[in-house]
Amino acid sequence: MMDWAYLFEISLTGIASGGLYALAALAFVMVYKATRVVNIAIGEMLMAGAYLFFTFAAMWSLPLWLAIPAAVLASGLLGAVIERTMIRPLLGEPPISAFMVTVGLGSVLVGLVEMVWSADQRRLPDFMPSKPIMVGDAFLAPKVFWGAVIAAVFIAAVLLVFRYWRGGVALRATASDQGAAYSVGINVPRVFSLAWVVSAMLAAVSGIIVGSIGGISSSMGVFGLSVLVVVIVGGLDSVLGALVAGVLVGLVEALAGAYLGGEYKLLATFIVLVAILMARPYGLFGTREIERL
Amino acid sequence: MRIGTFKETYVADAALFDSRTQHVWLGIAAVLLVAFPFVASDYWLYLACLIAINVASSTGLNILTGYTGLVSLGQAAFMGLGAYTVAILQARWGTPLLLNLLAGGFVAMVGGMVVGIPSLRVKGLYLAIVTIAASFIAHFLFANFSITGGTTGLSMQPGQLFGAVLDTSFRLYWLIVPVTVLMLLGAANLFRTRIGRAFIAIRDRDISAEVLGIPLLQYKLLSFGLSSFYAGVAGGLWAYFFRVVTPESFPLSLSIFFLAAIIVGGMGSILGGVLGAVFMTLVPEVLKLIVDLLPGGTNLTVFLSPVRLVIFGALIIGFLVFEPLGLAEMWRRTRRFFHLWPFRN
Repeated sequence: MMDWAYLFEISLTGIASGGLYALAALAFVMVYKATRVVNIAIGEMLMAGAYLFFTFAAMWSLPLWLAIPAAVLASGLLGAVIERTMIRPLLGEPPISAFMVTVGLGSVLVGLVEMVWSADQRRLPDFMPSKPIMVGDAFLAPKVFWGAVIAAVFIAAVLLVFRYWRGGVALRATASDQGAAYSVGINVPRVFSLAWVVSAMLAAVSGIIVGSIGGISSSMGVFGLSVLVVVIVGGLDSVLGALVAGVLVGLVEALAGAYLGGEYKLLATFIVLVAILMARPYGLFGTREIERL
Repeated sequence: MRIGTFKETYVADAALFDSRTQHVWLGIAAVLLVAFPFVASDYWLYLACLIAINVASSTGLNILTGYTGLVSLGQAAFMGLGAYTVAILQARWGTPLLLNLLAGGFVAMVGGMVVGIPSLRVKGLYLAIVTIAASFIAHFLFANFSITGGTTGLSMQPGQLFGAVLDTSFRLYWLIVPVTVLMLLGAANLFRTRIGRAFIAIRDRDISAEVLGIPLLQYKLLSFGLSSFYAGVAGGLWAYFFRVVTPESFPLSLSIFFLAAIIVGGMGSILGGVLGAVFMTLVPEVLKLIVDLLPGGTNLTVFLSPVRLVIFGALIIGFLVFEPLGLAEMWRRTRRFFHLWPFRN
């Protein structure tokens, strides 16, 4: 006999953590849409944001309202530096080059974090309410719940901003056709920078949330693997896909973790990934590229 | 002065090693390889074996990624398949060594072809992610099957070849290096055949290759298979070398290491795979040496592993940004300089 209440509880947790995946996936999709760079170091950028927050909040003991924006801004700066020094020189090279550069970037970031903060697990200062959340009879860990809420707020904000703000319009224009965007006077290189800065900031936000739920360590980049699955399942260049797939993967991971055991989590997500790719090679909502000779 | 080429026969034109100078240098290299174990210390022999194993595996990856253009982050998983096959055969049934190696290669080959099946539908970076999936699934299988010994893995007896027990680096050298050299020659020759040419055509533009009559799925699978065969044999050698195989022996980072090796060395060049593997294997050792030489060395060893990570990443980034064709291109430039000397390149 199945325990429906338990299933409900697990599903809720899964959907909530899926919100976090969606936020990180949004950071990924932003960069991919604008610059066609698959940023495999997304998990490491998350980690960098979380560690910056840790530095500001726990080591320099800044107040939270200052530490969080500072960490986000510093991450944005990091994003700009990455774009300028590593991605810009590779414009026009095959996509695989930029992909590999982000592989190297991930390694550098992990190494730097271990050098500066050591590889030990750290705890981020608590800033979310700790009252348990009850949905009907189901219990939801408060941090997970509030994390999902923050993620949802950010996702909504980003979507609105990029719907109505000029920079957002420029970004979407660049995403759909670089040449045309250039010819109507959009500064495409600026848009590239913008995409990386915004992406790094979003990654920092989700890094701070993820870190305050599960603690931070130099192996936080593993989170990035799940994010990678999310964006691939959703389709690399689809915002909607990132949201749907985020929830889907969160759900699958939670169910696999609860019913099969922790070691099945990543396995289950990757099996979902392969299954979906076999059926839809460009992900659920990805643009199907038409190839001509 | 040695300028250009002057070929008088088709045979000369199609030769793998085309010039006299090249023959002489290859001869010298062969003599050095044979003489090396008699003069080198144990540490250097250990390194030489490790390098040879890495060379074999990265050459395999080079066939797939450098020549066929299919990016794979699963090379370590295929190595693991080979290593486990060899370990199981050796530990359970004690079958002959060369047979085990071949079996390891073929099991990995089958694994690689299974992973390659999506390669017709799924392209480019999507495919790279599918191979990450493959390596996680492989890791899961290694860790959860009883025949692979679970998380503790398998340990095995030293292998035997022609009655000699391969229990020292010196003896293993005579197994590992010749096998690697054979595989290198095989790879170099592959690209003078129909199959290798088809791979290159697929890399350059797969649709036009298909129009030209190259069955894509078949050749992509073949490329996956060959590359995994190399990985499997390398994994088998690895198993004989370390004699313990655990699920943690072949992490995703090892796949990244091989990809980095062919990038640093130069994609789509046999020499590049070799140079890259040698270089990437030696970097951590050189780092260790430098740390030992620095004053206060013991305090710095804490920093060794993060520094290694940073340098590893910086090498990938640096080569891609400044020298996308890798060490092989540097080598070619040097060679051209001597060919054209005293004229400027």
